[in-house]
Amino acid sequence: MEHLDPVILARAQFAFTVSFHFIFPAFSIGLASYLLVLETLWLRTGRQLYLDLFRYWVKIFAVAFGMGVVSGIVMSYQFGTNWSVFSAKAGPVIGPIMAYEVLTAFFLEAGFLGVMLFGRRKVGPGLHLFATAMVALGTLISATWIVSANSWMHTPAGFAINAKGQFVPAGSWWPIIFNPSFPYRVVHTVIGAYLTTSLVVGAVGAWHLLRDTGNQHARKMFSMAMWMAALVAPLQIFAGDTQGLNTLEHQPAKIAAMEGHFDSHPHGAPLILFGIPDTAKRRMDYVVEVPKLSSLILKHDLNAPLTGLDAYPADRVPPVSILFWSFRIMVGLGFAMLGLGFWSLWARWRGRLFEDRWLQRAAILMGPSGFVAVLAGWVTTEVGRQPWTVYGHLLTAQSHSPLAAPAVAASLTAFVLVYFAAFGAGTWYILRLMAHAPHAGEPEPAAMPLRAAGITPAPAVDADGPKTEPDA
Amino acid sequence: MSYDLDLSTAWAFIIAFAVFAYVVMDGFDLGIGILFPTLKVGDERDAAMNSIAPVWDGNETWLVLGGGGLMAAFPNAYAIILPATYPLMIAMLLGLVFRGVAFEFRWRHAPHRALWDAAFTIGSVVATLAQGIALGAILQGISVRDDAYAGGWLDWLSPFTLLTGASLLVGYALLGACWLVWKTEGSGQTHARRMAFRLAIAMLLALAAVSAATPFLSYDYWRRWFAVPGVFVTAQVPVLVLVTAVLFFRSLGKGGERAPFLLALALFLLGFVGLGISIYPYIVPRSLTIWDAAAPASSQLFMLVGAVVIIPVILAYTGWAYWVFRGKVAADGYH
Repeated sequence: MEHLDPVILARAQFAFTVSFHFIFPAFSIGLASYLLVLETLWLRTGRQLYLDLFRYWVKIFAVAFGMGVVSGIVMSYQFGTNWSVFSAKAGPVIGPIMAYEVLTAFFLEAGFLGVMLFGRRKVGPGLHLFATAMVALGTLISATWIVSANSWMHTPAGFAINAKGQFVPAGSWWPIIFNPSFPYRVVHTVIGAYLTTSLVVGAVGAWHLLRDTGNQHARKMFSMAMWMAALVAPLQIFAGDTQGLNTLEHQPAKIAAMEGHFDSHPHGAPLILFGIPDTAKRRMDYVVEVPKLSSLILKHDLNAPLTGLDAYPADRVPPVSILFWSFRIMVGLGFAMLGLGFWSLWARWRGRLFEDRWLQRAAILMGPSGFVAVLAGWVTTEVGRQPWTVYGHLLTAQSHSPLAAPAVAASLTAFVLVYFAAFGAGTWYILRLMAHAPHAGEPEPAAMPLRAAGITPAPAVDADGPKTEPDA
Repeated sequence: MSYDLDLSTAWAFIIAFAVFAYVVMDGFDLGIGILFPTLKVGDERDAAMNSIAPVWDGNETWLVLGGGGLMAAFPNAYAIILPATYPLMIAMLLGLVFRGVAFEFRWRHAPHRALWDAAFTIGSVVATLAQGIALGAILQGISVRDDAYAGGWLDWLSPFTLLTGASLLVGYALLGACWLVWKTEGSGQTHARRMAFRLAIAMLLALAAVSAATPFLSYDYWRRWFAVPGVFVTAQVPVLVLVTAVLFFRSLGKGGERAPFLLALALFLLGFVGLGISIYPYIVPRSLTIWDAAAPASSQLFMLVGAVVIIPVILAYTGWAYWVFRGKVAADGYH
């Protein structure tokens, strides 16, 4: 065990736990908003169909949200367990941002989640809608704060360094919270969550449409999801592009690694579509490239110079192979999502949205693609921050806790075993819930206290029988 | 020692408040996890689970505030205590994963229910023991050099820390039993009442044992508790514990439903005050005071504004959520 590097183990542990964790918020941020839309539509139109869809998805939300909560608690302590030097040094700046996340978001979500899941009969429809809205709002506030803290690590601003070597606020908190990359990154993150959710909802709708084209509930969710994907996929590509330009400004080495540019190009850089990075020889093999296109995309000028990795010392460059591939996976999936969105618009225009079997099969195939793209995107940005934790100021190799390798190796093993067991089971339960066809009269979530004092009678519309109506 | 209300003192109290709020709220639901194997499969277990399902997530958020607040207000303490209790923190987090997912998972697939019920109990026991042992480890002292943890990764293990771990296990189980006395009825309530009686005796013994052992950990603690004139103040704590214990047993015996839970919480509060008397103004006992570990005033002030405004709002809607689910619970899910 002695040859194992505790820093590498601690990094592996953080990467593993945060990747597993982010799968759940990427889904629950979008799903909370979708549930809010469904419940609002139900209250405005009185159509049972919307309440059925709400109940169908809220059970899935409960499982996913629970896993997000418990894996999130792990994250909030891991800064201290494995990255204590980082915590001691950067705590005065990013600690308060994360404390505000707890105060304004976690409590809001948790406080209203119980009412959202189990309280419909107790509080009546208006307050229940309010609870759903607070949970949805909480997920968005949470994303905002945590992306702010993460962005500060990429583009630190508004700080000074005190005698103890700590990062401390230089004055106003405004430049810290609204650091240069934050607006771009939070938009890209939230749109990514919406897109991920729409693809999951679309895949579930498509799955049930393939079994029964007449299922009104499946039609409605498929239609809503395909609208969302068609509208949001182009927005996401645009948001990703603006974030790329921002990264070029603040972290040019990351962009060079993503692009596979080992060499500087003073007269216009090519866009490398495909190639195999050879980091030892610092060059790309088997390259397929479009001349000058990279300069056009990044600088809006065919002949603009772009610096390559040769402009940086070898120990200040992120791992090229990982970035090169993760970036291509993300972008490739993004364009596939765009294609699915346009295909659905075309099918809708032809009046064949619910009949086009190949579209539905494609939607099922694309169901998990949002998660893959989100993780690939986070890998790109976080691995691209290396070798720094606070970009340009604190090295990863100087940020970790004074721990022996066996302690970190043991905990990493425990996390891997527990996460695969617990979250593997959770994923299976979610897939089981999704496999059951949505239908009229979906039950409320199980496990609710019913006999409390002050039960308000169920709203009349609750008792309405199944209605079927033609769907758009 | 200065008694001015400075920012660090304010934050020490806010974090103490968050930790106590955590103990008050998550204590009883961890306790139900600990007691789960003694509940009858079926109605008793379902009712116990239903009584905490709507609130457990909010309860656990106080733990995140305690940890997050510590990192933000006292980053050096956070950076010392967590590596010093590393295996405990990892065990606690993994325990909380298992018990947290069990709330939903046990309803998802009937053949797996026994498995998730076991995970709920094991997770609750592990998390509680880890918290109790970590508390003992902080009390007994942490080896610090140059503002960083300087000990090994098993320094936290000692007879004293095992005692505090077992004590917290008994204490949370007592809170869980009292919660069930309040929230259930019939045979389940009778069972809970019997358990509460035994657990209260065990809890008092544990409190006495920890109190007796603490002054021997360090002369500082001894002086804090027994030196004149401080002893006239500190002596009130054990007196109040005795009074509370008498009231507790009376209300439990007379069929009280809510009072035993509140009195058990009062016992916890007294134990917590006792801890505060031992530790203050240290945050890592005998190594770092709250002022040594403090973040700069600008960080503490920025958060203080938010905490003062937002915590009352949180308490208000948390109270509302408890109010919505007030009264006795039933075992049945939906009709």
